[in-house]
Amino acid sequence: MTTSPVQADARPDAMVVDDMNPDTGTSQLWGLAAEFSTPAAIMEAAKKVHAAGYRWWDCHTPFPVHGLDFAMGIKYTILPIIVFFGGLTGTCLALLLQVFTNSLELNIWAIVPVVGYQFEVSGKPLISLPAFIPVIFEVTVLFSALTTVGGMLFLNKLPCLYHPVLKSPKLKRATDDRFYLVIESRDPKFVRPRTEELLESLKPDALIELEA
Amino acid sequence: MNSIDTKTIRMGGLAPTGVVLGGLVGLGGIAASIALGADESGWTNFWKSYIFAFMVITGISLGGLFFVMLQHITRAGWSVVVRRLSEGFASNLRWLWIAFVPVIILVWSGEGAVLYPWADPVVVQNDPVLLKKAGYLDPTFWSIRAICFLFIWAALAQFFVGQSIRQDSDGDVSRTRRMQAAAPVGILLYGISQTFAGIDWVMTLEPTWFSTMFGVYWFAVSLTGFFSCLILLACFLQSAGRLKGAISKDHYQDMGKLLFAFGVVFWAYIGYSQFMLIWYANIPIETGWFLPRQMGPWKWVSLLLILGHFALPFVLLVSRWPKRWKNALAAIALWMVLMMIVDVYWLVMPTMSAKAVHDATNLMELVDAVDAGTLSVGWNLTVTNFTALVGMLGLLVAGTCAGLWRCSLVPAADPRLDESLAFENL
Repeated sequence: MTTSPVQADARPDAMVVDDMNPDTGTSQLWGLAAEFSTPAAIMEAAKKVHAAGYRWWDCHTPFPVHGLDFAMGIKYTILPIIVFFGGLTGTCLALLLQVFTNSLELNIWAIVPVVGYQFEVSGKPLISLPAFIPVIFEVTVLFSALTTVGGMLFLNKLPCLYHPVLKSPKLKRATDDRFYLVIESRDPKFVRPRTEELLESLKPDALIELEA
Repeated sequence: MNSIDTKTIRMGGLAPTGVVLGGLVGLGGIAASIALGADESGWTNFWKSYIFAFMVITGISLGGLFFVMLQHITRAGWSVVVRRLSEGFASNLRWLWIAFVPVIILVWSGEGAVLYPWADPVVVQNDPVLLKKAGYLDPTFWSIRAICFLFIWAALAQFFVGQSIRQDSDGDVSRTRRMQAAAPVGILLYGISQTFAGIDWVMTLEPTWFSTMFGVYWFAVSLTGFFSCLILLACFLQSAGRLKGAISKDHYQDMGKLLFAFGVVFWAYIGYSQFMLIWYANIPIETGWFLPRQMGPWKWVSLLLILGHFALPFVLLVSRWPKRWKNALAAIALWMVLMMIVDVYWLVMPTMSAKAVHDATNLMELVDAVDAGTLSVGWNLTVTNFTALVGMLGLLVAGTCAGLWRCSLVPAADPRLDESLAFENL
């Protein structure tokens, strides 16, 4: 990841469609990438690829391009709903924990006595909701935060230790000044000549092969 | 990027209509309150209604001033298209002092005890707590403070609204820099003055009681009212064909976020923090304020505030889509204005005789006395409450329309206007 784009370009084995024979290649084709130099160009391209019905494809840009998600037809994340229920779990757990530890008095199977710490504080009842609220609040926040991070990692399929896009030195400019649209070969609609034709019709600056 | 339909950035006929109708309702409401205000217990009913209604519109206007200064302090880009509307609310502070002059005269004239018990020297002499507070709760010192607060707000509103409107015509970017330089000082003055105004004008209605949270609570009340009114004004103007293409869903979503943050979560956080410390410590001088608010009809109002000012709007506003759906957001904002008014009413009205509390041997005795109707908790829903509120809201409408009458509804020459129009939530 430390090689600069310039060095990467200088490498002789940079793969470009024109100078590679698919029949003799030792590695498997993972996908095709089209390179663009402006956000507007990739936005247009994304709309067309979405309209063509592809599903296994993605855009790689140096910064968030507003409206690109919409152009790609990506649905809004369900993370908030997961977080809501994560937070609700925290609320209930914190309430139960406090009721349990403050006031519990029960025998399990009439043999094991379980008794909470029944402290009486300034004449308040053992179960006093106002006193429980700070802990309920904090545990709700904790569970929401953990669910947010965990849910984000899960929905993004992270951590991802290897990704074919990172292998190509050409695509390193996605962190600098180029915009890439990548269609994966596992897409049911992926038929090499036709997909290449579609990508060429988007007038990219370059067409790059990605190996798995 | 959105583009403004420049034919729709003026209030046009709406402004004079609003000024005339609002003004008539306002003066009529105040006149009706005076006519109906006196009852067998004297003028207390009128003055309490008056201060309640005055605090509602002062809170909304002060929120506008705070929002304007906050945008300058953070050099915010997104909010430029709604800043003029909040300047419209803030501009009310330029005349609002007139509505407080009667209260100052009342306190000065020595009759202030109908509203503020500490204004009666006999009461103060017989109460050891009030005797200690006499230096601060002195009619002269109190009046000087009130005049200072009202002057600070009028001056800040005059500066920020005036600079912003003048920039429309001359397009001078240095005005933006001047406002950014003044905003930190202004917000400091605002913070101190609005805190002490809340303490002086509302908290001292129950002069033996104190809460160090009260100023912040009043701030939360004020912002609840302001953000709700800002959303309502924006929705109203757009449905009346104004500001076409200026305020987008993304702006509504952000105003909804601010209402959710300040009006729902922050309000509940502060209200609970104030309650919890007093409840836990259980010291009579502190719990006395919550006592009438948990008895008789007031306990239902307290529950209404917990559910209607926190639980319900929390669920309604927490998602993204209701904040981006203009009609839903407007309905929630209307509900929140109502809750803010109930909240101020709940702050101002309840009272309980200190002697009855002192003489009671236990709490149940007080509860029984309240239930039997022999002990008053200050529950006295009168027509005067409504006429004063409607009158003051009329004045708020008239003042806001007058403030926006002769200017564009967006700061047309603001250097960040394009940034605001292009604003999108990710």
